[in-house]
Amino acid sequence: MSDGLNSVQVSRRRFVQATGALIFSAQCPVTFSGKAHAAGSGSIMNSFVRIDANNVITMMANNSEFGNGAYTVMSMMLAEELDVDYRSIALEAAPTTPEYYSPLFREYLTAGSVTTGSTFIPMRTAGAKARAMLLDAASRAWQVPLAELTTRDGAVLHEASGRQSPYGDLLEAISRFAIQPPETVALKDPSEFKILGKPAKRYEGPGKVDGSAEFGIDIKLPGMLYGAIARPPVHGGSVVDFDASEALAMPGVVKAKAIRAGVVVLADSYWRAQKARDKLKITWDRGANAGVSSEQFYSDYRALADTPGMLAEDIGDALGTLSAADDVVEATYEMPLLAHATLEPMNCIAQIEGDSCTIWSGTQYQSNDQEVISRFLGIPQQNVTIHRPLMGGSFGRRSSKTADYTVEAVEAAMGESVPVQIIWSREEDIRSGHYRPLFVHKLRGSVDESGMPQAWHQVAVGQSLMQGTKHDPTYMVRGMDIYSLDGCLQEPFGVFPYGTSYQIPHHRVESHNAPRSGIVPQEWRSVGHTHTGIAYECFLDEMAHKGGIDPLELRLRLTKGHPRMNRVLSVLKEKCGWDTPLGPGRGRGVAARIYNISPVAQAVEVTVADNGDFTVDRVVCVVDCGFAVNPLGVEGQVEGGLAYGLGGVAFGNIDIVNGEVQQSNFHDYPVLRLRQMPKVEVYILPSDEPPTGVGEQATTPIAPAVANALFNATGRRVRRFPLSSQGFNLV
Amino acid sequence: MKLKVNGSAVEVTSEADTPLLWVLRDELQLVGTKYGCGIAQCGACTVHMDGRAIRSCVTPVAAAENREIQTIEGQAGEQGLSAVQRAWLETDVAQCGYCQSGQIMAASALLAENPRPNDAEIDAAMSGNICRCGTYPRIRKAVHLAAQWMSEERGA
Repeated sequence: MSDGLNSVQVSRRRFVQATGALIFSAQCPVTFSGKAHAAGSGSIMNSFVRIDANNVITMMANNSEFGNGAYTVMSMMLAEELDVDYRSIALEAAPTTPEYYSPLFREYLTAGSVTTGSTFIPMRTAGAKARAMLLDAASRAWQVPLAELTTRDGAVLHEASGRQSPYGDLLEAISRFAIQPPETVALKDPSEFKILGKPAKRYEGPGKVDGSAEFGIDIKLPGMLYGAIARPPVHGGSVVDFDASEALAMPGVVKAKAIRAGVVVLADSYWRAQKARDKLKITWDRGANAGVSSEQFYSDYRALADTPGMLAEDIGDALGTLSAADDVVEATYEMPLLAHATLEPMNCIAQIEGDSCTIWSGTQYQSNDQEVISRFLGIPQQNVTIHRPLMGGSFGRRSSKTADYTVEAVEAAMGESVPVQIIWSREEDIRSGHYRPLFVHKLRGSVDESGMPQAWHQVAVGQSLMQGTKHDPTYMVRGMDIYSLDGCLQEPFGVFPYGTSYQIPHHRVESHNAPRSGIVPQEWRSVGHTHTGIAYECFLDEMAHKGGIDPLELRLRLTKGHPRMNRVLSVLKEKCGWDTPLGPGRGRGVAARIYNISPVAQAVEVTVADNGDFTVDRVVCVVDCGFAVNPLGVEGQVEGGLAYGLGGVAFGNIDIVNGEVQQSNFHDYPVLRLRQMPKVEVYILPSDEPPTGVGEQATTPIAPAVANALFNATGRRVRRFPLSSQGFNLV
Repeated sequence: MKLKVNGSAVEVTSEADTPLLWVLRDELQLVGTKYGCGIAQCGACTVHMDGRAIRSCVTPVAAAENREIQTIEGQAGEQGLSAVQRAWLETDVAQCGYCQSGQIMAASALLAENPRPNDAEIDAAMSGNICRCGTYPRIRKAVHLAAQWMSEERGA
């Protein structure tokens, strides 16, 4: 790393510059509460660190932990600068106050794989400032020069005199000398790192092997009632009338009432609530979506894709080049609705007392939850307290902009004197969730006389994630949702510096926001890439085939202007043995994406039987995530990220007929299982660049890489997903 | 109704058709066993009954009467964590961790029956346990490591 990382000011600027994707944070300084609150019982060193007299160091964690490794990397950063073992740090989920909002999003939100990047300087600074105060205190108390003091294992040391003091014992001196946090502080040079950049096991790992880790669903409060909700069969439907007489006669059942989400039954155990819920007799108004179907979406979107969309990018003269070309490649790619299917189903506990509301909820997005609840109840935002436990997965689902699973618990708790916990059954999760929107991409392209792509024309059609939400001003550009075009654009677009690392001379991309359907779209791990990745990378494969150029070679040539991606692809080519021939029935595919600004590429090997059954035998993944704060965590996120995408492309499909979701549980909404997991080789490129996140990076290339490998093995292109709908079954 | 859970006799009052899962979680407050699907598709609710892995979400509590039930809370013995739990930590398996109680219970039942399973046997025995975070490569590794440690401990 450069020397620049020594100074907070310099390095923050450098960080922002280098992570162009994160540029919109530039005006938002990292906040710290200005003054130390030194007190006998403990000392709040700054917003993120508290040290108690008994030497317990507590970190206030303002990013959610749902498997992403947030708690591990954040505690590592703090520990590095404080010179303590990261596992010795106690952790509290930070409250929902603005000082804890993400400097990037300016909300309390954990998303976009930005935790590592956006906390790298703030958490280290918090640790370094706390350390500086402790050193100052020891220097004054012991009357020795600051320069003669060092820190090690949670203590300040004066080597000349042999004097040392645990941090907690210095709180009195901090108070006595009224020591304040320094304005600026020097951070360690990376060459001095003892923790960062080294493999570190999960901070909260121990509780996850002995059953003691507490998830939202596990929380028990005195007198708490459990609620199960009967939800309308059609999204957006509502209750006309219900008869609960049979349900209310069942043991443990307290009450049944209509709320916006359906009819909720409250009981003294979840099983009793669920069983009674199934005995309700409900008349539903099926609402405006009673006629919608996935097939109708596909045909409507295909028709839209034939019409001009809003113009996102028009480099060169793609339309002219294509109309002059002798041979135009044309394809339409269709991607279904997808459920997140977190293993811990949605749940939330709410308690209302007077004009205050307390919730216990696994959430990525607690400032929004707070806002929605405060609006719903008509109480001040600060009267909504959120306790955030660990989450059994999220993948975007728990960043609900509607706060659906949160506000319904509040509604169920209205008029109750005790806390109410709503738990979703798996069937509710699959049928009544928010989904990765269905998308259609129409592509046309031509190659030049050397076989290289010359013109590219893409029209994307799907429901926008951001249109009409409070994020509209940030993420909509001239009416287009930047996530609908994730990774498709060569030039800057809104807050995204660019999308693709490929340079094609004539490049035109258009976008249609499909009409809002009443099916709520939601970010799904890696967001737009989940569909744009397939469209872009599979069609590029079609172009390579048309031009007679090896697909990996083509990508190497197209990324000459992007050294980081070019290096990733070169390493990939070597590590996967790209030029080694494979036997009959086998195939190899490649895809390369930029997530935020992190390049990632994967090479996939498949074996396909005559009946279409296939295995993914090997995935080689090369990532450039800047400085890898925790290589062990990066490897886990890469393996897991591609597993999530592989299950999705292989068999993920939410199909709607007459407004009703046809799938209901893991038997008809299958997800990846252990026997289907390929051997994965992960190569993390050494880098001095600032860290960028990897939670979603590896999800982006896997789907197209597998589809391209199936083409390589069989000569058959899949253009409607999932693969299982086209006779390719992952076994 | 009398149950024997993690070596202790307990009396429960839930209806006889209540799945063992909800008796463990809501009546006995043993919440390490998780709900994931309710239809024996995901394995999050895996516990041992007389030493064999079962799906507690589809096992009525009546069927567990007078049987030995072990949950994740009973995996650790007097010597501390079991070899499987230690291997899980050493391999840094968990991500969100929600499925891992079930994974560990399934793995320990597998190793009790087959002390040195190969990859194919691990795949066969563990594919009923879904992990949405995709920790599968590390699960495979950790099962092998636990098998190795257990065989060393038996030899010692």
